[in-house]
Amino acid sequence: MNSKVKLDDLNVHFGGTHAVKGVDIDFPANSVTAIIGPSGCGKSTVLRAINRMHDMTPGAQVSGRILLDDTDIYGRGIDPVAIRRKIGMVFQKPNPFPAMSIYDNVIAGYKLNGRTRRDEADEIVESSLQRVALWDEVKDRLKSNAMELSGGQQQRLCIARTIAVRPEVILMDEPASALDPLSTLKIEELIEELKERYTIIIVTHNMQQAARVSDVTAFFYLGELIECGVTKKLFTTPDKKQTEDYITGRFG
Amino acid sequence: MSSMTSTSQPAVEQTNNMRSLPLRHAKNSLMTILMGGALLAVLFPLGLIFVHIVKMGISSISLDFFIHIPQPTGEAGGGMANGMFGSLVLIGMASLMGIPVGIFGAIYLSEYGGSRISTVIRFCADVLSGIPSIITGMVAYSMLVVPMKGFSALAGAFALALIMIPIVLRTTEEQLKMVPTSLREASLALGVPLWRTTLKVTLRSALTGVLTGILLAIARVAGETAPLLFTALGNQFWSSSLTQPIAALPLQIFNFAISPYEDWHRLAWAGALVLVVTMFALSLTARYFGRTGHKN
Repeated sequence: MNSKVKLDDLNVHFGGTHAVKGVDIDFPANSVTAIIGPSGCGKSTVLRAINRMHDMTPGAQVSGRILLDDTDIYGRGIDPVAIRRKIGMVFQKPNPFPAMSIYDNVIAGYKLNGRTRRDEADEIVESSLQRVALWDEVKDRLKSNAMELSGGQQQRLCIARTIAVRPEVILMDEPASALDPLSTLKIEELIEELKERYTIIIVTHNMQQAARVSDVTAFFYLGELIECGVTKKLFTTPDKKQTEDYITGRFG
Repeated sequence: MSSMTSTSQPAVEQTNNMRSLPLRHAKNSLMTILMGGALLAVLFPLGLIFVHIVKMGISSISLDFFIHIPQPTGEAGGGMANGMFGSLVLIGMASLMGIPVGIFGAIYLSEYGGSRISTVIRFCADVLSGIPSIITGMVAYSMLVVPMKGFSALAGAFALALIMIPIVLRTTEEQLKMVPTSLREASLALGVPLWRTTLKVTLRSALTGVLTGILLAIARVAGETAPLLFTALGNQFWSSSLTQPIAALPLQIFNFAISPYEDWHRLAWAGALVLVVTMFALSLTARYFGRTGHKN
């Protein structure tokens, strides 16, 4: 498998805290990579580094390289806005824009950037909602407020919003942790389908979820990458003692 | 301590409770009465002012008051139309100057600024809002009236704008800070630049709160007299020129109230009533906006 995103000696500091320590990983294209590990191990920090979200955090410092295809996204002259169009992100808590309708939420990536053509927009909205299997549930009330949807529907709406701008990579930060089991199942099925077109990197607390949805799993502990490998192997015969202790529930 | 006694001697604890119950009721009533009294002490001055102004002013409120300018001394009738118009002009111009500066400054503080410079700016804004308004007037006098060789509406509006800026700045900043980070991130993650995110997501979500702040700032300067004394100066006649002295309601109230004429006193009371009712309405509108804002 050829790699889509590659971390090369990635370090993240927050003020005096060294949150992510010298991480090297290859994220293969058109597959799902799960990042697991106990709270505070730096998994979300790694994820947020991949679409330059730390640019917004005062005191955060990222060093090392992150390659998207062969471009260093922290390289000189690289516009973080252009990077974020290629690398979308779905957050832990569903965060639709509260003042917008369902329709406007899906097309928000275009509308907020001030470029939409009516016929084009209709098509993007429909195909994006189709792809997250939300179209049938909302097609009769596209103009109603997005906050009227259930939590699970809101999260699928957020995923639709993300894929509407046609990214290449989708980052998911515990996308199902605020949802009920049924909604979680729907999100997981969706991830399975989405990987045909996108490279997906998902942070999850839930090891069963990682085992269910991912092809590759990376285990983090205290800011370091302990082990990264094919999911099935990592969960059955891990190389490292720490990984085994964590996945068998002995700590974390 | 008492919990220890209660575990070792539950019976004694219970009788203690029983005995102290009337005392606790008495204390409770006393505190309730004290707080009720404090509440009345807050409401009483407001009620007194309002009732007094209505009593003195209502008889002089008539259509004439709103459509005529003051009559020469000795002639009956007349109104304060020029003062009300002048106040509108002054507030309008002050808003044009002060609101954008306040809002953009707040955006800088909340969305862009580093923490050290933000602290300095915030401190300056707080000091600025604490400066007595007569001094703001003096500054406008020396910066605009002296070089332009004359009192003007422009100078008056400038002085009022200086008062509005810190109010708009701080309220807008507070409102922007209340917008959840997750919304900004949602927009940024879609590849929307920070400036568009700020205008179309962050500021938009905070809009009702920002409007509330603007209305409160307007209500504050609508009654300001001191900064206008030697900037806008006041005018007995119609004037809409920005480079000429202009009438303003608070100034007219001041001049008429200290005059020796009974007629003018009545007009001053009527002016006061109009001013107070306007400010009341502004505050109520601001509250209404504030409430609907929080519901969303």
